[in-house]
Amino acid sequence: MIEPIAIVEVRNASITFPGVKALDEVSFRLLPGEVHTLMGENGAGKSTLIKALTGVYQIDSGEIVVAGQVRHFTGTASAQAAGISTVYQEVNLCTNLTIGENVMLGHEVRGLAGVNWRKTHALAREALARMGLGDLDPRAPLSSLSIAMQQLVAISRAMVTDSKVLILDEPTSSLDANEVEVLFGVIRRLRDQGVAILFVSHFLDQVYAISDRITVLRNGKFVGEYLKRDLDRTQLISKMIGKDFESLRALGSNRQTEARDRTQTPLFAAEGLGRKGAIEPTDVDIHSGEVVGFAGLLGAGRTELARLIAGADKADSGTVRIRGKKVSLNSPVAGLSQGIAYSTESRRDDGIVGDLSVRENIMLAVQARRGWFRRVPAREVDQLVTTYMERFSVRPNDPDRPIRLLSGGNQQKVLLGRWLATNPDLLLLDEPTRGIDVGAKADIQETVAELAEGGMGVVFISSELEEVVRLSERIVILKDHQKVGEVVNGPEVTAESIVSVIATESGDEAEEQADALAEEVAAGDDRTGLEGSAS
Amino acid sequence: MSRVKTAFRTPWFWAIIGIALLLLVNSIKNPAYLAISVNPTTGLLTGNVLDILRISAPIIMIALGMTFVIATEGIDLSVGSMMAVGGAVAMQTLSTLDSNSVGAMFTAIGLALLLAIVLGAINGILVAVVGLQPFISTLIMMLAARGIARVITDGQNTNATNEPFRQLANGQILGLPTSFVLAIAIVVLIALTMRRTALGLMIESIGINPKASRLAGIRPRPILIGVYVLSAALAAVGGLFSVSEVMTVSVGGTGNLMELDAILAVVIGGTSLAGGKFSILGSTIGALLIATLNKTVLFLGIPAAATPAFKALVIIALVLLQSERIRSFAFSRTKSSGTPTGPATPAATESTPVSKEVVA
Repeated sequence: MIEPIAIVEVRNASITFPGVKALDEVSFRLLPGEVHTLMGENGAGKSTLIKALTGVYQIDSGEIVVAGQVRHFTGTASAQAAGISTVYQEVNLCTNLTIGENVMLGHEVRGLAGVNWRKTHALAREALARMGLGDLDPRAPLSSLSIAMQQLVAISRAMVTDSKVLILDEPTSSLDANEVEVLFGVIRRLRDQGVAILFVSHFLDQVYAISDRITVLRNGKFVGEYLKRDLDRTQLISKMIGKDFESLRALGSNRQTEARDRTQTPLFAAEGLGRKGAIEPTDVDIHSGEVVGFAGLLGAGRTELARLIAGADKADSGTVRIRGKKVSLNSPVAGLSQGIAYSTESRRDDGIVGDLSVRENIMLAVQARRGWFRRVPAREVDQLVTTYMERFSVRPNDPDRPIRLLSGGNQQKVLLGRWLATNPDLLLLDEPTRGIDVGAKADIQETVAELAEGGMGVVFISSELEEVVRLSERIVILKDHQKVGEVVNGPEVTAESIVSVIATESGDEAEEQADALAEEVAAGDDRTGLEGSAS
Repeated sequence: MSRVKTAFRTPWFWAIIGIALLLLVNSIKNPAYLAISVNPTTGLLTGNVLDILRISAPIIMIALGMTFVIATEGIDLSVGSMMAVGGAVAMQTLSTLDSNSVGAMFTAIGLALLLAIVLGAINGILVAVVGLQPFISTLIMMLAARGIARVITDGQNTNATNEPFRQLANGQILGLPTSFVLAIAIVVLIALTMRRTALGLMIESIGINPKASRLAGIRPRPILIGVYVLSAALAAVGGLFSVSEVMTVSVGGTGNLMELDAILAVVIGGTSLAGGKFSILGSTIGALLIATLNKTVLFLGIPAAATPAFKALVIIALVLLQSERIRSFAFSRTKSSGTPTGPATPAATESTPVSKEVVA
């Protein structure tokens, strides 16, 4: 097979940051008409390579060749001028402008009297049509679109200059399954038009659905370039983490199916817990040693419920009992003093304190509980910090490094360390595995199972239903700001069966479906009970 | 080399260079500028450097308080007026008591601090509880406190006599002005409090990410109110040092526009106006620079009309030197003929083709 000539070629590129070799002699190429996925754990160098290609970072050695010409990018503008367009994870558009204005920003058609809006919008419509989005009205405000459609508008905007290269950095992380399909339709269309596409995602299914070619990086080094059909998932994962992955396989058995005595007083019991505009009054019980999954689409009320449980938001209805004792959770301090720790969904906004060191970030919650006057003694600090940095193998292994310089997965590990250092009875994990790589994900899933085994109550929230099903003992299903059902996990419960509950149109029907699923589980339990634990 | 580079990156390093340059300029104008002599009548040391240290004491105080307010992503515009309040309360009390006793001095200091703490708490409550912008809250207080100072003294520039109080600025401890020694002692005490307890960490944490700090269990309100109270109390101390020089409070002049000196000292010292990490040492050195600059302006005889412009020039030069971007720009030009860096090396051009483990 004759391969077409690469449009972008990175040759032996290295980038060194103080103390870290972020890219070490990495080579990479993009062929026209192909979707090329970049895979690697957090800190493997994916973002660094992308930033080198988009001109954010400059390479220390090696070279970048675009369409046969050696290029030295001095900034994002020079990369764009070379025909490399990028769409980032977070949509960088102006929601207060119209769709057309966003698409054409900086490329407006100018006439005698300023911008010729009629022509500009016509061009915008054309650009959108090339993406198969011809039915969008360019004069409608961008804010009228869903995040997914905004993402597509962002791609249209990137392609308005007829770029030959499109970089998509985790474009799917906030999209649901249908939206991902639409996005993939657009990507395929661009690919067929001969555009070279660099795709980054942490979702393996998506990688296998869309890629033609996969390059794996590990620890800043090039591991290999493969055609998708030559590399199955297990091989891919083992290349990414660089070790055998029996531990990953073993996770399948973490699913807890043993029956629990639900008559004993639960660790946490909420009755009618709710907050106007966030979540309808909800009953939730969480027992010690139990992993409870919250399943539902983004915005279904998962985060809102978790925030009420943690005291991060004030509930305006309902009562909460902890070990049978009525308590009031009106602030995070109250939640923490009751032994409830809450790891938030948005790491950057609500989680890390960027300029503080890894050490200070781990100690923050413990220190806050002691009060400002009683500083945690240095020996205890060292002990806690070492414990959690080793337990989660935080990289780089430097407690004095500002946390903002760590990769996302490592930040997540540090935050997990922060909450575990408070020694909580109940740990709420809101999307702890979002945007992090397979290796770190497996670490975190394993930790969740271990913690529950050790007697901690854990609430696990994730958009990846497989993950919820795999880890949870019980699953609370949420939809449109209310709880529509609750099922005890069992062989009958799969991501699909939960999706079918969520996908049911009205809330009442969803509740019925959930009940039916719960009954089926109960029946299944009887059966397995008769057959003995044959699983 | 790397130590030099670290020094270049330390903001207050440039402030020290600035102080040295200003002293050098003054010495060129008058070679005896740095000389210190003994005043035969009082037996105390005199000299320009000691003058600088004396006038730096109030600036160090307000810069210290401002440091923590700025670290929480706030600003305290009322420190200048708070100096006037502190001075006014002290002068009014001393002139009423009309006594030379140490007790009268402590009464005056105590009352001044008390009123400042109350006013600082109002600042803190407006910011932390009511949720007003720090800029607006303290702007209101800047006007209100100046008014309160006028009310206290009935609009008069009150003077008083109290020898112990006068010694604050005019006495010496081991040859250094008493007020400067006290100011440094307060700086050390507060620095120890901030760093030996977790207070400094919590202030920085709130300044960097208030939402994450709250979720980690830090209560922001008491800390925010605390920093505004501390800022006001320190400003009142600064006011006491200031009025003790001449034993007169000028209700319009004491502390006038000093909030700007304080903010400049903090920024020169390396604490970002965006909040977060703070440097107490940096702010102190920044305050010394401002004091040196103020004295230099007088010494060089720069016309009063041109004084602000001159100060601005010096400060802009300093801030530019602190900017890494400007520095690297300036330095890369001077040594651009050095070793070629980057991708143009021959080793890179004859690079091996993309290695592949699996090729279709």
